[in-house]
Amino acid sequence: MTNIAVLVKQVPDTYSERKLNESDHTLDRESADAVIDEINERAVEEALKIKEAGEGEVTVLCVGPDRATDAIRKALSMGADKAVHVSDEALQGSDMVATAKVIAGALGKVDGYDLVIAGNEASDGRGGAIPAMLAEILGVPQLTHARELSLEGTTLKVDRETEDGVTHLEANLPAVVSVTEKINEPRYPSFKGIMAAKKKPVETVTVADLGVDAGDLGLPGASSTVLEAAPKPPRAAGERVDDDGDGGVKTAEYLSGQKLI
Amino acid sequence: MAEVLVLVDQVDGEVKKSTFELLTAARTLGEASAVVVGTPGTTGKVKDALASYGAAKVYAAESDDAAAYLVTPKVDALAAVAGQASPAAVLVSATAEGKEVAGRLAIRLGGGVLVDAVGVNADGSVDQSIFGGAFSVKAKAAKGTPVVSLRPGAVEAEQADGAAAEETVALPAADAATSAKVTGVEPVVGGDRPELTEASIVVSGGRGVGSAEKFEVVEKLADSLGAAVGASRAAVDSGYYPAQFQVGQTGKTVSPQLYVALGISGAIQHRAGMQTSKTIVAVNKDAEAPIFEIADFGVVGDLFDVAPQLTDEVAKRKG
Repeated sequence: MTNIAVLVKQVPDTYSERKLNESDHTLDRESADAVIDEINERAVEEALKIKEAGEGEVTVLCVGPDRATDAIRKALSMGADKAVHVSDEALQGSDMVATAKVIAGALGKVDGYDLVIAGNEASDGRGGAIPAMLAEILGVPQLTHARELSLEGTTLKVDRETEDGVTHLEANLPAVVSVTEKINEPRYPSFKGIMAAKKKPVETVTVADLGVDAGDLGLPGASSTVLEAAPKPPRAAGERVDDDGDGGVKTAEYLSGQKLI
Repeated sequence: MAEVLVLVDQVDGEVKKSTFELLTAARTLGEASAVVVGTPGTTGKVKDALASYGAAKVYAAESDDAAAYLVTPKVDALAAVAGQASPAAVLVSATAEGKEVAGRLAIRLGGGVLVDAVGVNADGSVDQSIFGGAFSVKAKAAKGTPVVSLRPGAVEAEQADGAAAEETVALPAADAATSAKVTGVEPVVGGDRPELTEASIVVSGGRGVGSAEKFEVVEKLADSLGAAVGASRAAVDSGYYPAQFQVGQTGKTVSPQLYVALGISGAIQHRAGMQTSKTIVAVNKDAEAPIFEIADFGVVGDLFDVAPQLTDEVAKRKG
């Protein structure tokens, strides 16, 4: 019996233009299409594989505004059993430290979790540290950036892949895992799965339910502050030529003129 | 002057270039102190290199456990030194591991974590470049010791003389209940080409390359320029090139002096990984390809005509 909590985040679609709010420099969630972060689908897939190989329950855990329900439903339609959704206006503008604390608090709502699976890095903030920070708070091993994972009994083995190469890791449950793009190919939700997801339980909780110090949360509690933020001026298109058989030569001349070759 | 701690990134006693960049950035904030975490004897091997980039102090946190457990020995070492030195800031490289070390340390120190900075200012604030370079941000820590991860290659390393006075730090024994054990490592086998994120020139191929075999035309141009080879997501998804070379939102972010895009349409997904390149050159058959909107020099034509000709021209000019 392995109880797994999967962390899911709703992010602005990377195929749309992403912006910050001018007033407080937080993410402008209205300007872009909101989707479940792609890497989270792989985290859900990995959790489902573990469940299907044995016994257990997969709980989706999401911190985000009300409309993040769409991301949660997507994970449920893939086959997760239930969800905990932390939604609270006090969280608006929370930094990584606060987010990690809230997730740790919310895990208390998942009965006897053995394993937490997350994506290795969200496509919006790209902090890449929440799983590690969560392991720090929970006092459990981190097996992060996994491209391969195996679980035998309570022994977890992971092949971690980063720019440094591959590191083989081993630890006992409970533990926190994060997965990379190479871990698996996530399944598509079936029609049956989509219909079933509508009836699966989603427990919505606020910060007050979690025992997290409200003073650490939101913009006022953040341990880092954005002083300024501005869009970079767009790059202007430069010179363009048609290849009349001398495109390579012309490119070489341009590069030479720029002292690049 | 307050100390600024720098986590040394080294492999078998060889210090990575990004560490010298950290030491350089640290000197804008205070006195640079290098923290070496490794197996016994590591500090002796790296001390001279750290001194030549201005490390006033070198803290040696050595134990057999240091390399046997993931991430936590580094966090333990930095937390121990921070406890005694009350540093103005802690700097680590914004690598996968560095970002994890920084995040955990911020939890432990109750400080603010500033991720993936591209510049460190004398007032303690940092510059960041987010959404694939679409936004510039300036941020600072609001409480506690700032823990900053600095993007490799963002700051130019400058040499300076440092005393490198050695001090020993006791590392607590690792606990397998709270740390993952490292049972083996397979370091990246570097080919002859430079590493993608460190290269000053990157030549990338996209869907227009058409097949894995034909990627040779991209590689040949890259080799003539001494460049790294990259690939768009479309090329990787089509199986033309391995995923580790993917440039874009879901791959690597590169910011070289010159980026050459061959047969890449320039979807926003790809642009997020390369639009901060200093100069962009694009070759594409489709005159409407969005890559031309951001290219400093574009050629509308067949990459299989243009790239080989350019490869020959580069070779000629090199003599």
